[in-house]
Amino acid sequence: MTEAMITAFLLAAFASMIPLLLAALGESVGEQAGVLNVGVEGVLLVGGYAAFAVTLASGSFWLGFLCGALAGAALQAVLMVLSVWLHANQIVVGIGITLAGTGVSSMLYDWSFAESRPRLGLPDVWVIYPLSEIPITGEVLFSRPGMFTLSFVLAALVAIWLSRTAPGLRLRAAGQRPAALDAAGGSVVRVRSLAVLFGGAAAGLGGAYLSLVSAGTFTPGMTHGLGFLAIVVAMLSRGRVRWILAISLIYGLFIATGTALQLTVISLPNDVITMAPFVAVMLVLAFSRKGSALPPALAAPYVRGAR
Amino acid sequence: MSDTSARDPGRTAARTVADSGTGSARRSWRASVIDVLLRTIAPLVLALASGGLVIAGLGADPFAFYADVFALGTRGSGLQQSLTAMAPLLLVALGLIVAFRAGLWNLGYGGSYLLAAAAVAGVAPDVFAALPYPLALAALAALALVVGAVLGLVPAALKAYRGTNEVITSLMMSFIAVSLANLLIRGAFKDPAISVPQTRVLDLELMLPFIPGTQVHVGFVLSLLLVVAAHFALTKSAVGLKIDVVGANPAAARHAGIDVRQVTVLVFIASGALIASAAFVDMLGLWGYSRAEWNPGYGDKILPFVFLARLNPLGSVPLVGLYSVLATGGTIAAQRAGVSVDVLSVIVALVLFFMVAIEAVGSRVNLGRSYLRRGLFARRSPGGES
Repeated sequence: MTEAMITAFLLAAFASMIPLLLAALGESVGEQAGVLNVGVEGVLLVGGYAAFAVTLASGSFWLGFLCGALAGAALQAVLMVLSVWLHANQIVVGIGITLAGTGVSSMLYDWSFAESRPRLGLPDVWVIYPLSEIPITGEVLFSRPGMFTLSFVLAALVAIWLSRTAPGLRLRAAGQRPAALDAAGGSVVRVRSLAVLFGGAAAGLGGAYLSLVSAGTFTPGMTHGLGFLAIVVAMLSRGRVRWILAISLIYGLFIATGTALQLTVISLPNDVITMAPFVAVMLVLAFSRKGSALPPALAAPYVRGAR
Repeated sequence: MSDTSARDPGRTAARTVADSGTGSARRSWRASVIDVLLRTIAPLVLALASGGLVIAGLGADPFAFYADVFALGTRGSGLQQSLTAMAPLLLVALGLIVAFRAGLWNLGYGGSYLLAAAAVAGVAPDVFAALPYPLALAALAALALVVGAVLGLVPAALKAYRGTNEVITSLMMSFIAVSLANLLIRGAFKDPAISVPQTRVLDLELMLPFIPGTQVHVGFVLSLLLVVAAHFALTKSAVGLKIDVVGANPAAARHAGIDVRQVTVLVFIASGALIASAAFVDMLGLWGYSRAEWNPGYGDKILPFVFLARLNPLGSVPLVGLYSVLATGGTIAAQRAGVSVDVLSVIVALVLFFMVAIEAVGSRVNLGRSYLRRGLFARRSPGGES
């Protein structure tokens, strides 16, 4: 293995990891607040499309990321209004969000880029000077597009927010025992609304990273179930950001290994690589301890005084 | 229990008694007309109207689009195509209804359909060559049912015996099944004569026969018969009652002596098998072959209509018919209007959003009992004191 190959391998691993990391972070915040969003897939696609279209039009990757996050939050606002405010069933609304996000993004893509099929250039990199000179690690970690570094910063901030701050405590209370939060003078609806919007923005950013950095273009349905994996990562992590980071990294390494194997020794069918993460999740779910610690109020609307 | 009854148990109970009383037959008739208008027709009208705004936003004429949809979906050969499209959709809808009535979220419909389709299309030429026609049909139907049942069994067993949430496991099984279907079509089932990854195309004379005098295959009749049979099984039989009780309250069902695990497993197997039978009917009736990466997305599109039908099999028939017209006419109408076919997905998602919104607002103004369960994981509402 040459140094260049190892670098390429790690770059591919991180390119797959970051979108999942961002989406799973958003989903985790929602789940900890008691809101399950089954529509992450749609949010990723809408974020990816919006970011791609805006970056292509403006030439600014940062504006693209911003619009990706805003588009994700806007689609997720449907979940906020219907499920948090009006107490509608979260699974049903989530399925609608997947359908709407997939439909809207591919409809707009057909409308705007179907003929030209444009691609983006490379975003500017943030060179973190002394560290960037380390062989391999320097190029893989410390001279990457700004959003790469910011994703890890965001993960650290979410970890502190959820476990060390009063708003984080209120957020987890909304998922554990909303009535207690209500009695303590907090607003379950406000906390959950904020969590849902944050989840949408984070998943939108994940989609934006996928289209702007990982792929360099947007294609309809490009997520191939990544949004559903994000839900599983969030569930398995139970709100612990270190776990989200670890599982996302394993996923990235795995995808990169599959690609590398295809290029070099064994000709593994692509479908096997696509299927493997889902098989792994099924095995983990089948053999993990009974009744994982999901927030007790997950997917249950809060109605004050209801029995 | 709905939000309404939770907020004001006394009034709801009183109304339930009044409604079931003989004296209020006329009032409940009028109420049910208003109910259908508001909760079934209104979401459709609102979704089509806002879908029209989307189409106008893309620079096409929504009135021409909907006129095309209607003309292409209901006139002449369009009507026959719509009826043909209904055959698998009715069965997928039925599979969803069975699961949702038991309060089980079988979201593995995509994989159940596609893997069964790949299996049936992949081996059909050989089976027809080896067996007499009726036996071959029976064997292929059995194959589809087994594929669907196995895919349903995994999430069911995990749910029943380990308490693993079926939303996630059925979704994961779906992705596994889709990849497996693609793998088979690219590998063992690939037609070696063509470079495109697809199964061998079935000879036209081996396909399901048409209903005499039409271009609609007999799979349509079969689907309708299954829907009618399932309607009576679900609404009039003891098994149907068990399923409804488990769906309403698993704990109460257990107290009443119902084997909740058994119902869970049976319902999931039936749901998977019904969705797989849609693939059998569709492959042998309409397509004759399956392609890699192909996905008609029946389950996602039909799901809102299943809820609009209040999980009632007979009630789902006109709504499935409506969607079939929209899908059949809409595909060509979208091309004519110069917009993407995906506008149909957007309209379907809008149906779902408007339905849920009306339902949610409706339960606040006492439109009646909601058909959607309040919480999925909550064994009791976490809102109140324990």
